[in-house]
Amino acid sequence: MSLLEVRDVTKVFGTLTALGGASMTVADNEFHGLIGPNGSGKSTMLKCIAGAEIPTSGTVILSGKDITRATPPERSRAGMSLKFQITAVLPQLSVYDNLLLAVQAHQPMLGLLLSRSRRALDAKVMDLLGQFRLADRRDDIAGTLSHGQQQWLEIAMALSREPKLLLLDEPTAGMSPQERRVTGDLIAPIKTRCSLLIVEHDLDFIKDICDSLTVLDQGKIVATGPTAQVQKDERVKEAYLSHG
Amino acid sequence: MSQVSNSGPLRRVLPVVEIALLVLALPLPWILDDFWVVFATKMIILALLAISFDLVWGYAGIMSFGQALFFGVAGYTAALLATKSEVTSIFILLPLSGLVGLALAFVVAAIVIFGKRIPSVVFVALGTMTGSYAVERLARGWSWVGGQNGISSLPRLTAGTFEIEEGIVFFYMALAILVAIYLAVRFLVRSQFGLVLAGIRQQEGRLGFFGYQVQSYKGVVFSLAGFIAGVSGGLFAFHEGFVGPGQLGPVLSTQAVLYVLFGGVGTLIGAVLGVSVIEMISYALPQIDSLGSAIQEFLETGWPIVLGVLLLATVMFRPTGLIGLVVGDRERIGTFGRRMRGADAKREAP
Repeated sequence: MSLLEVRDVTKVFGTLTALGGASMTVADNEFHGLIGPNGSGKSTMLKCIAGAEIPTSGTVILSGKDITRATPPERSRAGMSLKFQITAVLPQLSVYDNLLLAVQAHQPMLGLLLSRSRRALDAKVMDLLGQFRLADRRDDIAGTLSHGQQQWLEIAMALSREPKLLLLDEPTAGMSPQERRVTGDLIAPIKTRCSLLIVEHDLDFIKDICDSLTVLDQGKIVATGPTAQVQKDERVKEAYLSHG
Repeated sequence: MSQVSNSGPLRRVLPVVEIALLVLALPLPWILDDFWVVFATKMIILALLAISFDLVWGYAGIMSFGQALFFGVAGYTAALLATKSEVTSIFILLPLSGLVGLALAFVVAAIVIFGKRIPSVVFVALGTMTGSYAVERLARGWSWVGGQNGISSLPRLTAGTFEIEEGIVFFYMALAILVAIYLAVRFLVRSQFGLVLAGIRQQEGRLGFFGYQVQSYKGVVFSLAGFIAGVSGGLFAFHEGFVGPGQLGPVLSTQAVLYVLFGGVGTLIGAVLGVSVIEMISYALPQIDSLGSAIQEFLETGWPIVLGVLLLATVMFRPTGLIGLVVGDRERIGTFGRRMRGADAKREAP
């Protein structure tokens, strides 16, 4: 059984059909890339999966449970986590506090009021900071991190609750080549922990880390399957990968 | 959103200001004459109202122009109980005032804060102000609660057989309540719960994706602020011996906003400082003869206009308020997990 199943999802904005009956699946511990030209509907697809948009029709299923109309907190509890395209760290808080905020999210309100878990969660926060090369910046204000470091912090925050499915929306946007390489190195080890659905423009990056790809064009699926197979697809090659 | 700098060591100025103000307040009844003791007590009670606004806006980012609603309704409830049912026990009236404020704030939150979409700051501000204005109008026209005249000649609060008079006893009682509530709110905003509030203030839309039920947190903090405003309103009614429609309306609500913005939003001591300075200026300015009779007459009726200009000037030129003169952004926002000590603090020094 697939971890994520998107069945015949349509999303209409006024007179514009952003997604027209798109279906795809992501298996357990699979790294799946979602690609397509600008306006192809990949961001809308990710938003429909994440709960930022509700599909006009169709179904989104996570671990066998219909989450099509679930709220973002309900999706989070079901095991889904998201990193937005636009960096959304809390710029006035320290790097440590940003991560603590994400790590403590499922603690009961009364426990948070009494700060019961602050000490217990410290090791987990420090472990994640170490994994994402941010340990020496832990007390710095998040807004003063470089763009790449803010992206890593966001990925660490999204990973902090050990999701079954991690959604990453253009994690390397605006990064230098060096930062992209590091990002690839940071993401690769999480394969043993969860599945990944990633929207990305950098095809070299996505080909290197993804097991499978789904290609969208004008709101419809052009191709989906193992990365090597999709790369060979003539329609895809011609349209998107000819310079990849 | 303003950028907070990493530069400079993390100084701890706030505790110094807090202790200094408390030390300054403690001997006041022994130094000042009766008039000023009563005046200082009024400031202490209004500081509670300011803290209730600071909690919702300064910490949770909920713009309430209706804190006087909770203050006034609680005051009216306590006054009605005292005059119509002869209940004067502080142990009944004060908790009841708080609970009335809490319950009413929860109802207001259910109308203007809860919902599937995040309400805009303007919507919440106008919603709370409308509630405050509507209840003030209702009170003015309702003879059972005294209409325009309100309810006057309230009996004194009692603790057992002891009557709590205005003056030294009321001063120390109000100060003790202020210190207790101040410490409780300080604990709350520095807790992991406070970290969630900081998250809501900065990136409300993001928090739902972490799994937080954001509206629940906002409802809880708004209701707690209602409780504090209610305690303040109950105390104020019995200290002044009077409760009137003006204690329910947008003018007092706006005054609470001004106290906090002027003193320093997002720091509890800033709210206390704002009340002290504005109330002192409000009293002292019209008394200065050298200003001339025309200006003195204008200040008697036009003081709210001066306050409005002060509010505008603060927002435009000094958004961190008076406390921002001595407390840096880093300390004002605070840390919730690890604190910089030793080597870390040195590393950050310029």
